[in-house]
Amino acid sequence: MSHVPDNLKFTTSHEWVQLADDGSVSVGITDHAQSLLGDLVFVELPEMGDDLAQGDECAVVESVKAASDVFAPVSGQVVGCNETLADAPEAINQDPYGDGWLFRLQLSDAAELGNLLDAAAYRVLCEQDEH
Amino acid sequence: MSNQTPLYDAHVALGARMVPFAGWMLPVHFGSQLDEHHAVRRCGGMFDVCHMRAVDVSGIGARALLRFVLANDVQKLRTPGKALYSCLLRDDGGVLDDLIVYYLAEDRFRLVVNAGTATKDIAWLQVQAEDFAVRIAPRADLGMIAVQGPAAREKVLSLLPESVRSSAAQLKPFSALAEAAWFVARTGYTGEDGFEVMLDHAALPAFWQQLLETGVQPCGLGARDTLRLEAGMNLYGQDMDEQVSPLSSGLTWTVDLRDPTRRFIGRDALEAEQVAGRSAQFVGLVLAGKGVLRQHQPLFAGDQPVGEVTSGGFAPTLQRSIALARIAPDAVAPLCVGIRNKRIPVTQVRPPFVRSGAVCIDLALR
Repeated sequence: MSHVPDNLKFTTSHEWVQLADDGSVSVGITDHAQSLLGDLVFVELPEMGDDLAQGDECAVVESVKAASDVFAPVSGQVVGCNETLADAPEAINQDPYGDGWLFRLQLSDAAELGNLLDAAAYRVLCEQDEH
Repeated sequence: MSNQTPLYDAHVALGARMVPFAGWMLPVHFGSQLDEHHAVRRCGGMFDVCHMRAVDVSGIGARALLRFVLANDVQKLRTPGKALYSCLLRDDGGVLDDLIVYYLAEDRFRLVVNAGTATKDIAWLQVQAEDFAVRIAPRADLGMIAVQGPAAREKVLSLLPESVRSSAAQLKPFSALAEAAWFVARTGYTGEDGFEVMLDHAALPAFWQQLLETGVQPCGLGARDTLRLEAGMNLYGQDMDEQVSPLSSGLTWTVDLRDPTRRFIGRDALEAEQVAGRSAQFVGLVLAGKGVLRQHQPLFAGDQPVGEVTSGGFAPTLQRSIALARIAPDAVAPLCVGIRNKRIPVTQVRPPFVRSGAVCIDLALR
């Protein structure tokens, strides 16, 4: 059973979102997603300063098995990218909610956070996925 | 509903991620595909290949039938146990399947065919066999474990019964022995030394368990694919299928045209393709820079589309992406690949990329 931290928000496309005190959010892919993808070998991140709308394809994670798009879980401007993933994409497998974060966004509409799933709802989604 | 191999329960007990593949539930990995890949290159790993189908061709007409249906010539097989890789062709030269044929005795050959094509192959062989004194016997009672890597042979030998061990130890590459319940072949699909061991279904779980206990790493389909890709070995359904000939799939070396009297199925079409000079080039590619080559990505020479990737992926031994690709007869390097909205240069190389643990291409090239 994959790990779903209680303090995060989730999308149905398996991204997680963590809100920081300054109104920015960190974004990554979930433990469930990394487990389905298998060993990650390449990550393409958005550019600093990119303006993303909720649902935009904005990054790509590639495993030994497949390439998978990452969608912007909320709208905002890219204010941080996890450059260490270029040389260590396996961090996403090892620590999807920590060292494996992908990018940070400055939220443009905090209300969008309300569209996201909480941990309980995301757990139900993962269980359905596994059956 | 997918079939289960005799090792299904063992895989589930080991926590494998199981996926449907060619009608079978098989492990894609047991935790980390990369670790499994490296285990095979450095030591030894094993694969459940029970989905592949053994088909025995027996009778006095066996050799004649195989000379008629296979593009490679079983006339080369003179020593019992010797194996040959060949394509099975349609009349138009399209590849029905690729297979290994083992010569066991003058009236007995064993084919090992792909899972996804087994039913089609057997039906095809049965039709072709009507004019020959042969019997085609699919061996659904047999299953196979491939044990591959520098330590693989030693590990398998330690588990074989006394009566089989010494002859198995003396097997040359691409040869097999069939003794009592054991069929042991020094063949594989990884570019490493090793054995493929065929046994009755009932005997397989115990043998798998013994291999586990001697420290052989269980490996899934994922590692099997990256290992064969590094070894420059084609995968049926990706690198060739019924729509292309072996001459356009890097398999010219498996087509034997030397005996002009051997009018095998597909020969006329291959000869016509040769005369017309329209065979595609089949090449190895290394991606210069970051990213991953994948099947069906388009290839370009300048702005001109010249073909596509047939098998691509990340090569764990090389730590970069490689591919097999089919390109136009007249396409000339330098080539680029289209990945999403970018064009990225690729370097053309001659496969294999890796053999017996050693890198075979110049990694400095860009």
